[in-house]
Formats: sequence, C-alpha cells, structure tokens
Amino acid sequence: MRIGVVTFPGSLDDGDAARAVRLAGADAVRLWHGDADLHGVDAVVLPGGFSYGDALRCGAIARFAPVMESLIDAARGGLPVLGICNGFQILCEAHLLPGALTRNQHLHFRNRDQWLRVESADTAWTNSFETGQEILIPVKNGEGCYVADQRTLDALEAEGRVVARYIRGNPNGSQRDIAAVTNEAGNVVGIMPHPEHAVEALTGPSLDGLGFFTSVLRALAGASAGASHAGGHQ
Amino acid sequence: MARVVVDVMLKPEILDPQGQAVANALPRLGVTDVSSVRIGRRIEIEFAGEPDLDRAREIADKLLANPVIEDFSIKVEDDAKAEVA
Repeated sequence: MRIGVVTFPGSLDDGDAARAVRLAGADAVRLWHGDADLHGVDAVVLPGGFSYGDALRCGAIARFAPVMESLIDAARGGLPVLGICNGFQILCEAHLLPGALTRNQHLHFRNRDQWLRVESADTAWTNSFETGQEILIPVKNGEGCYVADQRTLDALEAEGRVVARYIRGNPNGSQRDIAAVTNEAGNVVGIMPHPEHAVEALTGPSLDGLGFFTSVLRALAGASAGASHAGGHQ
Repeated sequence: MARVVVDVMLKPEILDPQGQAVANALPRLGVTDVSSVRIGRRIEIEFAGEPDLDRAREIADKLLANPVIEDFSIKVEDDAKAEVA
C-alpha cells in the first residue's frame, strides 16, 4: 500500500507521519502542496505544523493549494484521508469535515501526553481499536478548540461521527471534549492530537498512535478484497 | 480609490477568548464600565480598477471568513456604503 504524506510550506510533522506510515508496513509517498498529482496513492495524511504560517486562519490558505483541489475530489470519492492537527484544521477549512478549530479557550499553547477515548472504531483510520478503548498520544496545539453549532454537534453524536474524545482533562476547551471527528462515509478523519508521535517506545508515550496507520491498511485491504469478491463496500 | 473593506467578526455565539482577555485587563487601566470586548479582523482590498463588491464578497465568503464561525460585512471605503453579508 502507498500512503501519501503532504508537505505544505510550514508543515512540521510530515517526516514523523511518513515514518509512522512505514512502521505500520506501508510505503510513504511524499506529496508536495504545489503538485496537484496524487501519484496514485491509496490514502493521504495531512500532517501537523503551521502551513503558510497560519496566515489568516489555520489551514485557510492551504485549503486552496493545488494538491488540495485533487484531494478534495478524491476524498469525496472515498479516498481515506487523515488530518492531524493542522491537517484537521485544513480538512475543516475545506469543508470535508464539519466545525472549526479555534484558539484554545485558555489562550495557552498546550503540549503534553493526552488520554483519549476512541468513540468510534468504524472509520478507515480507527478500525484497529476497540470502541471505548483508552489511548495515550501527544497533543500540541494553540488553536485546537473544536467548535460547531449545537445541531451539528448533536448530529455528530447521533451518527457516531465523534471518533475520539479527550478524557482526564480537556486540553483546549473543545466542545463536548471532541478530539477527532469523521465524515459521513468514515473515510475522512480529523484528529487534533498526534498519533504519529506515539509509534515508537524511544520517543513516544505509547505505541497507541500506530493503530491509526494500521487501521487504514486494514480498511484498504478489506476494500480491495471486497471489490474482488462482492463489488466493494466503502 | 478602489478600496473595499471587509470586516470579519466571530459569530456572536462563538466564544472569543482574546476579547475576554482584553476585557479582563481593562480594570488595570482603571476602566470599569466595559461589559464585553470582541476582536475581529479588518481586511482592505485594493482593486486595480473600479471596486467590485461582488468579487469582494466572493473573496470574503471563500477565503477571508470561515462561515462556520465568522460573519463578515463589506463596504466601499470612499462613500461608506455598507452592506452586511
């Protein structure tokens, strides 16, 4: 499997994301923001960082990068896409995910290891987890406060599209402790904390982050097996 | 002068922690009669020719404001003709 990792000007965690992809057993394909060609990858990770210096709003400029024009179409067509931190902000700006990420309520940058509860194991990026599983991965953001109107939040809850919630302390004031959400089809996931920083014992607080990257390989394997047998399902 | 001004403000229901921080600092200046401060963004767009309000509205809607959390208003600066999006 070939997983693309996009680099924007100001991306920081593209190297770690590519490393996590390789540790999960896939080939990491580096994609460039100015190149609209997705090079035939099977899934894409939008990494953390400060694309375009966070000018205007986090992710607002990146959303119009040439690579995003192709990616938005591909994601609507079912391509698995994981947005981490700034990548989550970009997915919201691109309207692939509902809501928005705003300044942390306390106005401080938060950088710590964070407990999450996986609320949905039904997405392309979380099927390796059990629903209700508690995981520990780093969080580091200044604008990670997830907001949406009450109707959207209610719909996300009702449709099982809250993918992970902060537990044992909300680091940024996110509404309903939301740390990750998915689109209706479950192929696009945005998460504020950083699974790519929790894939090796030497540098991470756990190996829990690896599950996001092994999940997409399972989803892709299942999709291709399904396609050859019964016409596919995702 | 072909200048269009776009004012972007957080929607009323969205918490503005920066505005709150400023409001909380005002008593240190001896100001005690302010009940709320909200912070927005003013963007000035210079057109090469005549100011194009429709074009400015398109820019504001697609890029300058995030409709999930923000409202915007547009005016041509010269004649102070304002319209709310």
